[in-house]
Amino acid sequence: MEGKVWKFGNDIDTDVILPGRYLIYNDEENLSKHCMEGLDADFDKKAQKGDIIVGGTNFGCGSSREHAPMAIKGLGISAVVAESFARIFYRNACNIGVPLVEAPGITEKVFEGEKINIDLENGIIKTESGEEVEFKKLPPFMLNILNTGGLIPWIKNNPDL
Amino acid sequence: MAMTMSEKILARASAKDKVEAGEIVMANIDIAMVHDLTGPLAVKGFEEIGKEKVWDREKVVVPFDHQVPADSIDSANNHILMRKFVKEQKITNFYDVNQGVCHQVLPELGHVRPGEVIVGADSHTCTYGALGTFATGIGSTDMAMVFATGKLWFKVPETIRYEITGDLKENTSAKDLILNIIGNVGADGSTYKACEFVGQTISNFDMSDRMVLSNMTIEMGGKVGLCEADKKTDEYLKGRTDKPYKGFTTDKDASFETIEFDVSNLEPQVACPHHVDNVKPVSEVSKQVDQVFLGSCTNGRIEDMRDAAKILKGNKVADGTRMLVIPASKEVYTQCLDEGLIKIFVDAGALVTNPCCGPCLGGHVGLIGPDEVSLSTSNRNFKGRQGSPEGEVYLSSAKVAAASAIKGEISLPE
Repeated sequence: MEGKVWKFGNDIDTDVILPGRYLIYNDEENLSKHCMEGLDADFDKKAQKGDIIVGGTNFGCGSSREHAPMAIKGLGISAVVAESFARIFYRNACNIGVPLVEAPGITEKVFEGEKINIDLENGIIKTESGEEVEFKKLPPFMLNILNTGGLIPWIKNNPDL
Repeated sequence: MAMTMSEKILARASAKDKVEAGEIVMANIDIAMVHDLTGPLAVKGFEEIGKEKVWDREKVVVPFDHQVPADSIDSANNHILMRKFVKEQKITNFYDVNQGVCHQVLPELGHVRPGEVIVGADSHTCTYGALGTFATGIGSTDMAMVFATGKLWFKVPETIRYEITGDLKENTSAKDLILNIIGNVGADGSTYKACEFVGQTISNFDMSDRMVLSNMTIEMGGKVGLCEADKKTDEYLKGRTDKPYKGFTTDKDASFETIEFDVSNLEPQVACPHHVDNVKPVSEVSKQVDQVFLGSCTNGRIEDMRDAAKILKGNKVADGTRMLVIPASKEVYTQCLDEGLIKIFVDAGALVTNPCCGPCLGGHVGLIGPDEVSLSTSNRNFKGRQGSPEGEVYLSSAKVAAASAIKGEISLPE
């Protein structure tokens, strides 16, 4: 996948990704209108389908609200790349089929607005200048869930649970 | 093989003799909790899976607490959806708008037992670790899987033992300790780790103090925040549950990291905007406050109400400052009434509301506007957490909150 980079800092919490007052919504379309509103009220208008969010360490910390990755998905963001992720956000995003890439060192290597290419199968990010950044692929168990389209299709494929 | 407390609980829950950190297990869930805000998405996911009945209706607990009573048509619709689900599934552990905050209600009403595995669609589910329960927050889709199968996969976490020694000084509390720990290790200082709070200080703590530590474990990234079950745990559980339970402890030769803290000289702490690990001693912070919030799953218990009432008695909330008091549950509210605390709060000029999450997550009552400052006994001070992204949230203990309400600025209790 290839997309334009939107850069954010460290400890991006799920409250700024999707503020609490919008938790009353349960659909991606409504949630996406408020994606990243805590940091940039117009993010939903600026971001284009296929764009990529790049964050620092501990991306997605805080509340367990699945509304946060749903807002990102609803906006059509193709992947979130970060130095590291918080635990619950990581699971939630994978469960609804949003690819997450943990790539230590990434924030120093990409700039806002550049186009990067992510090769999920081989674990490589290619920057506009041609630099390659390797990342740790998802554990096979989670990759399987993601490739099946998320946790619910995965459960349907595993009726013996 | 030597195991940690978490490994022993997950081994039991996944019917294995032993498990070790890093391994992925499929665990049987003892209790699953959703509330009015995360429940609707879990129900939607459950319906997509296509099963008719939840795996065990007696193991599902549904409290309403985030937006109670409903403050908009959208939240009323969420309540309607959840009431319908509860009725269809014949879920008896349902607590409508009158019971209080989920993490206070579940232990109080006997749904939390040592040695069990609890998942909740709320990140502060880790609160129940105070009773020696492997309890962790999950998202709504994970919860849909639990509803359908009674199981969830876990990566067995590595353990960090926070070994706490010393006696707290009079005006410090468990809240100051956990803020100090988070300030030291950072917001990702325990990511994916099972945290244990051990040592003489913890043995001396009552359940309320232990719940404060376990509650805020997520603010340093922890998966669970455990205290070993002991006589105090048994005492707390007496009359709340009649089901047998078995607590676990970490073997001395199990694999874990230890971090030591001595609380003897600890001063009251405050977390400054906009991150929970931005912690300073109260003595170094000078800030006027527009709103003081006493409540939440962190510090909305009777002990907090008593701490605050003792300071507020005979005093007035400062001009230009408003104080919001929200007892965490019906039980806490009733105790406040019986002990005359509500009158003390009202006489001091504070506003007392029904048990709920209040302004903690900025969704319901008491939101702050641009450039306003909130001092809150809750657990998060993220940008925009309690309303406007241009507002500021500071976090403190109940004692510091009460003293600050009287002075109109962040102050040490005298």
